[in-house]
Amino acid sequence: MSTDLGLPVTRSGVEGVPTYDGPPQTGKDFTSDQEVRWCPGCGDYAVLKAVQSFLPQLGLRRENIVFVSGIGCSSRFPYYLDTYGMHSIHGRAPSIATGIATAREDLSVWVVTGDGDALSIGGNHLIHALRRNVNMTILLFNNRIYGLTKGQYSPTSETGKVTKSTPMGSVDHPFNPVSLALGAEASFVARTIDSDRKHLTAVLSAAAAHRGTSLVEIYQNCPIFNDGAFDAIKGNDTKADAIIPLEHGQPIRFGAPDSSGLGQKGLVRDSETGGVKVALVADVGEDAIIVHDVYNPDPTLAFAISRLTDSGYLDQSPIGIFRQVERPTYDDQARAQVTTAREAVSGTPAERLAALIGGGDTWTVM
Amino acid sequence: MPKQVKQVDRVIIRFAGDSGDGMQLTGDRFTQESAAFGNDLVTLPNFPAEIRAPQGTLPGVSSFQVHFADHDILTAGDAPDVLVAMNPAALKANLSDLPTGAAIIVDTHDFSDRNLTKAGYTANPLASLGDANDQLGDFQVFPVDLTGMTVEAVKEFGLSRKDAARAKNMFALGLLSWMYGRPTETTIDFLARRFAKVEDIRDANITAFKAGWNFGETTETFMVQYEVKPAPMAPGVYRNISGNLALAYGLVAGAVQSGLDIVLGTYPITPASDILHELSKHKSFGVTTFQAEDEIAGIGAAIGASFSGKLGITSTSGPGIALKSEAIGLAVMTELPLVVVDVQRGGPSTGLPTKTEQADLLQAMFGRNGEAPVPIVAPQSPGDCFDAAVEAIRIAVTYRTPVMLLSDGYLANGSEPWRIPEVDDLPRIDPAFATTTNHVVRTNDDGTEETEFWPYLRDEETLARPWAIPGTPGLEHRIGGLEKGDGHGNISYDPANHDLMVRTRQAKVDRIAESLPPLEVDDPSGAAKVLVVGWGSTYGPIGAGVRRVRKAGFNVAQVHLRHLNPFPKDLGDILGRYDKVLVPEMNLGQLALLLRGKYLVDAIGYNHVRGLPLKAAELAEAIGHLVAEAEGIEVDLTTPTPEGAQA
Repeated sequence: MSTDLGLPVTRSGVEGVPTYDGPPQTGKDFTSDQEVRWCPGCGDYAVLKAVQSFLPQLGLRRENIVFVSGIGCSSRFPYYLDTYGMHSIHGRAPSIATGIATAREDLSVWVVTGDGDALSIGGNHLIHALRRNVNMTILLFNNRIYGLTKGQYSPTSETGKVTKSTPMGSVDHPFNPVSLALGAEASFVARTIDSDRKHLTAVLSAAAAHRGTSLVEIYQNCPIFNDGAFDAIKGNDTKADAIIPLEHGQPIRFGAPDSSGLGQKGLVRDSETGGVKVALVADVGEDAIIVHDVYNPDPTLAFAISRLTDSGYLDQSPIGIFRQVERPTYDDQARAQVTTAREAVSGTPAERLAALIGGGDTWTVM
Repeated sequence: MPKQVKQVDRVIIRFAGDSGDGMQLTGDRFTQESAAFGNDLVTLPNFPAEIRAPQGTLPGVSSFQVHFADHDILTAGDAPDVLVAMNPAALKANLSDLPTGAAIIVDTHDFSDRNLTKAGYTANPLASLGDANDQLGDFQVFPVDLTGMTVEAVKEFGLSRKDAARAKNMFALGLLSWMYGRPTETTIDFLARRFAKVEDIRDANITAFKAGWNFGETTETFMVQYEVKPAPMAPGVYRNISGNLALAYGLVAGAVQSGLDIVLGTYPITPASDILHELSKHKSFGVTTFQAEDEIAGIGAAIGASFSGKLGITSTSGPGIALKSEAIGLAVMTELPLVVVDVQRGGPSTGLPTKTEQADLLQAMFGRNGEAPVPIVAPQSPGDCFDAAVEAIRIAVTYRTPVMLLSDGYLANGSEPWRIPEVDDLPRIDPAFATTTNHVVRTNDDGTEETEFWPYLRDEETLARPWAIPGTPGLEHRIGGLEKGDGHGNISYDPANHDLMVRTRQAKVDRIAESLPPLEVDDPSGAAKVLVVGWGSTYGPIGAGVRRVRKAGFNVAQVHLRHLNPFPKDLGDILGRYDKVLVPEMNLGQLALLLRGKYLVDAIGYNHVRGLPLKAAELAEAIGHLVAEAEGIEVDLTTPTPEGAQA
């Protein structure tokens, strides 16, 4: 079921987490007894199903998986999974997950968040989690709107968005979550779509296998307050031009196929801006097309590609893994320091406590 | 001429200089010498929030006061007997605190026109000594060129003039060490260790220290040496300890006694940062310190760690508590163990970062949305921070609740001799992790039971919920900030359930009172009509004030609260036994408000918010007035009985 993206793994994100060796598990084993309470047609259902189906593939013990969320529609996610979980407070899930991941190497830690949760109230925690590279996977459900508070514009809404709080249109410039994550020097950044289970699952698999903070932006449709936000990249007659597919080792081509069966359009370096632009392959030649390299240690090109995402109505967006590089994780190093310090001492904790508090300049009163 | 040796029972010395003059170090070394000598002592560091305020100005003055005695003392002293002033600003800033007759040892070197102007002097006060217009006529002034003599003494090491002059604080320390007969070995050892890597600096400091001592012995400026005998103390091994260090040790001790590893999630803030610094050294005890991106992330990580089965701790000061409020509410709702350390400082807002205050009590008590009860524990002295920290962990782990540990800036930086406890005497704390399901869903026909895990089923005695940590098979569950259904813990918006859960969370915190020992009321005569109730660091000034009143022949009772929420069970009865209840606090009456609200007692406030500890003498006067009122008698504290001055 999972797609092999051809990515070698040096040290797995789930190394240290006990594996499951009982009878085969299915999505049902990861489904809690709680009634799912999202609106009919919400993209969250598709993501939940995909995650429930994907988790058995991880091969981990259910009790060693933890989902942490913040506040918002998508943050109800942990209630529907029969793992350990915490539905925390607005924007703070990455900080709580940092505590969990640092405390316990034997846990697979997941954060579920939304565009408001992660990029408005919790923006600080998000960028610092990415900077530290704590071993966890962050699923950022981006519906480009505030759902739970009933329809205000979000930090990813297009400028000019007319909502309950912006009757004359919003005047804020939106964040591009992938650009933001790359700017924060994230070691794994990907983007996928709620309705494309195959791609979503492949990205989840790669994200879980990555040791460090994996940020996965999931385009997710809100049928109530922002319906159709992703129609261009979902529509059968439009998606070939709207999706710029990123596959490691492949030239980045999209649009209607040419005679070779590959897209007529491709990404090339833009000598004028120093960035990346779209060109017709017929005009520039195949050799000019950028070959995607997720392991590029320099994030500059990945950032340039991320800028091809429309900031207004989404007519065009790169989809796939932008960047996947090895970098030491915060939690591995923090634990290693504790381990090193522990190995350097002897005696029982009580003996060492007595030595600690009895240290320094002391005197005895008889 | 032979020097005279004079016996005194106690001395208060204040070292004052520029922020960069090393006054904190000087005071700390004098303290260590006095501790090693066996005096009882209490210290009061006082420094500006600016790291290096403009040199020579009043805002840049840093001081360290040490009170040492041949008997048990409780405060750092109201007024210094001796002021060591390293420049004009230090003289000017501290003069108003000196009683008539106090000694002033002043470094004349920096009394240039420029420095005098910077300090706001229009004329050199040292130039008019003995004249009719002598501004310092009330004091014994000893003008000494400390800097000049230091530079001369360390000439052989070839240091720059600036580096040579920097050793002047050690010269001053040597002089004072001679004057009070302090042992010198600990300071020489200390300097040898501290500057082990820079030989010339090490040698210059040791030389300056010895030169200061020798100057005292040979000069005719100082003809009297003072002797303060060791104080009788309970048998045991002692060390001098500051509140922040004792608090950090207490947290480590609580971790050891519970078998839990600590995860400290925190953000640097004055005056709490030293707790982070200290704990970061103790990784060998399984301590992880996480310096977060902000206060909220600090507590977030601590909550995450607690959910994972570690002991989550966060440390901050008042402004940080304000930022953590929502997360503390999450810990209340999820009923996870968590220790929240608040080292209080002057507020509101940024307030007085380096000064002390007790004005966060109501914030600790009520500073959250909804009914969110949090137990509160407060230490009463620097050494007591150790026991208070262990107690906070006991409550947090036993009752699965966030606990506020309310220290303050005075406790944090002040120090006192501390009798090192035996580890065996510390309480054992049982995390009692849940390992099995706890709820029978149904009993099958064959008698077997189908069970599941209910995260909100409670222990009958403590009302604590089970602590089931990830990695435990069969106990997978979800918790969060939304209201929980009683028992099963799933989301519930049911009105009756919410009412029940609000009351249950309160009842759980109230239940802690069952585990508290009876209060110790200090009422030696049994005839007192006035009770003084305090909490936190006012213990010292209150105790000293009460002693003064008693030494003058009057009756007064004292009780000090370690637990502010819940209050001990016998507090109401105790309050009811006295005609007048006085509540001294470094706020505008926060404990008084709580006592009035809970016990309908006419608690009378005694309140100062000066950023400094209460003054025992002033407080004694206030107690005296109340005693006079309660007993219908005249109270005069000015003619104490012979031992009256010893408080």
